[in-house]
Amino acid sequence: MSLKRSSVQYTPSYITLLCLLCNREKAEVEETLKRIQAHKGVIATIVVNAEGIPIRTTLDNSTTVQYAGLLHQLIMKARSTVRDIDPQNDLTFLRIRSKKHEIMVAPDKEYLLIVIQNPCE
Amino acid sequence: VYTRKRSEFGRPCSFSDRPAKVNVDIPPDPSMASDFVLRNPVDSYVQHTSDMSEHEVNTERVEVESRGVNHVEGGWPKDINPQEVEQTIRFRKKVEKDEHYINTITHLGTLMEHCVKQNNAINIYEEYFGEEEVAEVEDEPPSAKTINVIRDPNITKRTATHLSWHPDTCKKLAVAYSSLEFQQNTKDMSFDSYIWDLENPNKPELVLKPSSPLVSLEYNPKDSHVLVGGCYNGQMAYWDTRKGGLPVEVSTVEVSHRDPVYGAIWLQSKTGTECFSASTDGQVLWWDIRKLSEPTETLVLDVTRKGLLENALGAVTLEFEPTMPTKFMVGTEQGIVIACNRKAKTPPEKITSTYSGHHGPVYALARNPFYPKIFLTVGDWTARIWSEETKESSIMWTKYHLSYLTDGCWSTVRPAVFFTTRSDGTLDVWDFLFKQNDPSLSLKVCDEPLSSLRLQDNGCVVGCGSKLGTVTLLEISSGLCTLQRNEKTLATAV
Repeated sequence: MSLKRSSVQYTPSYITLLCLLCNREKAEVEETLKRIQAHKGVIATIVVNAEGIPIRTTLDNSTTVQYAGLLHQLIMKARSTVRDIDPQNDLTFLRIRSKKHEIMVAPDKEYLLIVIQNPCE
Repeated sequence: VYTRKRSEFGRPCSFSDRPAKVNVDIPPDPSMASDFVLRNPVDSYVQHTSDMSEHEVNTERVEVESRGVNHVEGGWPKDINPQEVEQTIRFRKKVEKDEHYINTITHLGTLMEHCVKQNNAINIYEEYFGEEEVAEVEDEPPSAKTINVIRDPNITKRTATHLSWHPDTCKKLAVAYSSLEFQQNTKDMSFDSYIWDLENPNKPELVLKPSSPLVSLEYNPKDSHVLVGGCYNGQMAYWDTRKGGLPVEVSTVEVSHRDPVYGAIWLQSKTGTECFSASTDGQVLWWDIRKLSEPTETLVLDVTRKGLLENALGAVTLEFEPTMPTKFMVGTEQGIVIACNRKAKTPPEKITSTYSGHHGPVYALARNPFYPKIFLTVGDWTARIWSEETKESSIMWTKYHLSYLTDGCWSTVRPAVFFTTRSDGTLDVWDFLFKQNDPSLSLKVCDEPLSSLRLQDNGCVVGCGSKLGTVTLLEISSGLCTLQRNEKTLATAV
């Protein structure tokens, strides 16, 4: 939603309106993350930015930072591998299945969405 | 001695011109031409290529080490102190309000949800078709291939005298190194023995540092962290791999053996801490590793049953089968195999029977894992198979080879297959159901004599140690390590 900036008076009601709109979009994010967390088998959800700062996490800080640091390097390596093979291609998703659970990473230029799930087996 | 005054250094040289002067003039001597014959035609080759030379280059091996990274804190911008909770919360809230963030997360969220739901819907690793019937075993010729070679990292190479596989994982191998030549120990020979991890054959996983080289080394089958080793000077030592490379305890010298401990085996006991050892000084000693200051029991290998040490035979190998905990067998230097009963009341009765048949020391002794009454002995130039009931002679024996046999063991999966190693570096695989005169497979493993042999529990991988400390791991073809259907019945018939 983009609003025209010119000739608008920042009355209190207007500011409330702006906040509400922002909150609605922010609420969308909240809802998405909560929905993912509520799925069966999901252990943790983490949102990290490109510098390794956890924006949103359901785990403790030290584990989150550990995941962030290690997965960031792996994503970069995976992306460069995909692009080396075909420069038109790009990495969209990464899934690591281990003995105990599955780590799914959705990468983006700025942020990383990491979900750790225990697949039903 | 060439001397020169210091003041004369650095003087300019004065060269002078001189006309050419003949120093030597040798006229041709026609009488020498009679020694030579004119060659006609002359062979000469012409090739339109450029001259090339060949060089070999081998790069030095780069030592690679894997290390982990511990991330502690993310890359916060300079103006934010990560310890301050307020500042970090404020930063997070700021990021969450960013429009770009919102769009990205919604997009990524849909992607992620799709995968999460996928995971919950089907199990992609489920076995859909049950175990298919195993195809008919083809009659392929037996073969073996080397999968790994582990060398002694020291400069003075020592013999790999004993190998022991890790009881659970089969990915680790403990090798005892020592020099068995009489008085050949050089000053710089190291005493270390190693535990190797097969994933990393260049560097040992753990270095065991005894006070004297180890002749035998065994993993405890109940507790895979504990190993017992018999030393060259007769002491017994035990290690705990969690505690590092120095022995946790060493037996006292006065009560230990007086000769190298050639056999050390763990016993089946409730505590899992008992073992026994045998040496060429004629004694078999039982130990509890919690108290290595003195043995719990001793037995003198005197065949005349008098218990005299002077008459005792030197033991070279020891055998123990966990299914028969009171009986054990000892192979001696004199070529006799002694079967003993530990639970006999008086010491003379401990020795139940003897089997003689070899001309030289019995280097290996093994019971068939499927038919415990049948056992294999390896010594001098033959390998013999005995049955416990027939005491006069062996029931089967191989022909006399050209080189003497150094070690042997049964296959753990096939009752009719056994392996032997020779001093010319050959590994033989015998299958007495298939061919009784010759080995079914004979492989030259290396040029130096092979000194020890050990089969992994799954029966497919065999490790051979050689005189120069090289341990070669061979994988034998599946025909030799999968049980044939009628093999057990055929073997019983024999």
